[in-house]
Amino acid sequence: MPHISSELGLGDRLGACKARWGIGRMGFMVPPGLYALGLPLPSDPVLVTANYKMSYDLVRRSLSGRSCWLLVLETYGINVWCAAGKGTFGTGELVRRVAASGLDKVVSHRRLILPILGAAGVAAHQVARRCGFSVSYATIRAGDLPAYLDNGLLTTDAMRELTFSLYERLVLIPVELVLALKSIAIIGGAALLVVALLGTPAAGLTAFFAYLGAVLSGIVLGPLLLPWLPGRSFAIKGTVAGLLWCGLFYAVAGGPGWNGAVTTAFFLALPAVSAFYTLNFTGCSTYTSRSGVKKEMRIALPVMAGALIVSLILLLAGRFR
Amino acid sequence: MRGFRYLENVVTLKLDQPTCIGCGRCLEVCPHQVFSLAGKKAFLRDRDACMECGACALNCPVTAITVAAGVGCASGLINEWLQEHNLRLPGGGSCCS
Repeated sequence: MPHISSELGLGDRLGACKARWGIGRMGFMVPPGLYALGLPLPSDPVLVTANYKMSYDLVRRSLSGRSCWLLVLETYGINVWCAAGKGTFGTGELVRRVAASGLDKVVSHRRLILPILGAAGVAAHQVARRCGFSVSYATIRAGDLPAYLDNGLLTTDAMRELTFSLYERLVLIPVELVLALKSIAIIGGAALLVVALLGTPAAGLTAFFAYLGAVLSGIVLGPLLLPWLPGRSFAIKGTVAGLLWCGLFYAVAGGPGWNGAVTTAFFLALPAVSAFYTLNFTGCSTYTSRSGVKKEMRIALPVMAGALIVSLILLLAGRFR
Repeated sequence: MRGFRYLENVVTLKLDQPTCIGCGRCLEVCPHQVFSLAGKKAFLRDRDACMECGACALNCPVTAITVAAGVGCASGLINEWLQEHNLRLPGGGSCCS
């Protein structure tokens, strides 16, 4: 069985940083199995986590100065919450991993400590029935584990409360940007070419930067300003973020000199682009429901498509007027 | 969750109170404090705070809770719809697959 420490090295931190930017993210994992952190005794607690290395590192770092067992599940490099949603951080894998590691011979107790966010994949009563280990859902954040362990394995209300702070939103943005690069290049490039060919190269560049700003407003500004943007719908929040960008760009890029068709198309199409990207951030958010997102999409997608089509017609009509 | 609120009256969460045995597991696993206990029965204290993660339904030993849980991002849902119609976006859908 591997013995590990709670110290994170430069490589661990660099790996986490790269994963945040989508570099080697899908391969950022550790082998599943049972690990001994420090010098654990058979009576020491067993903590369960995912094999996404960032999750595993967060857990072992939070347990600095302690001895315990770490049971790492095969989640194929996905974090606990997403893996629980997919079922890979699940009852079956937990029961299999307990058996494969011979945990019942290593420890003298029959208790597994799981992250609360793992509960979406694990049925505690079935785990107890199938392998004899009882499941305790401890905390949401790994950082609260020391307090939980010192608190006699009792979860306080604060340990159970989910948050979505500015920093928690900020660290999610880089990978969203990287994932959007391809569509930015294709759509932005197409806008640049078409406008440059039909109008002037300068107009093409203006169109490109207007589009780029709308995308960034949806991916960066929307999520960062999330609690302060009006409305509950992410599409509306994104629209407002897009309108903020439009107002700024209009003032800076000589908007008052544009004709009516261009101005209308600009204020119609760009907020729709921002709205789409902020709506997509529901996948990263910690409080949106699938039914809510479905409802938003049924209304927002046709509106966005309509705005884009009307904008295109206006631009073409404005050109040939 | 403090400072954040999503759409009202959309979630599919249902609790069948007569079936509930009051074990309190749903209170332990819910990250949004949707449930509360009154006597020997759980009740929905704040249904609209539910994000449909499905942890309560999965961990209810008497299946008193039902909720349609699943992927909740726009591109994930678009990909699902496309797959239902046997379509595929080129290069799409790599977010958390």
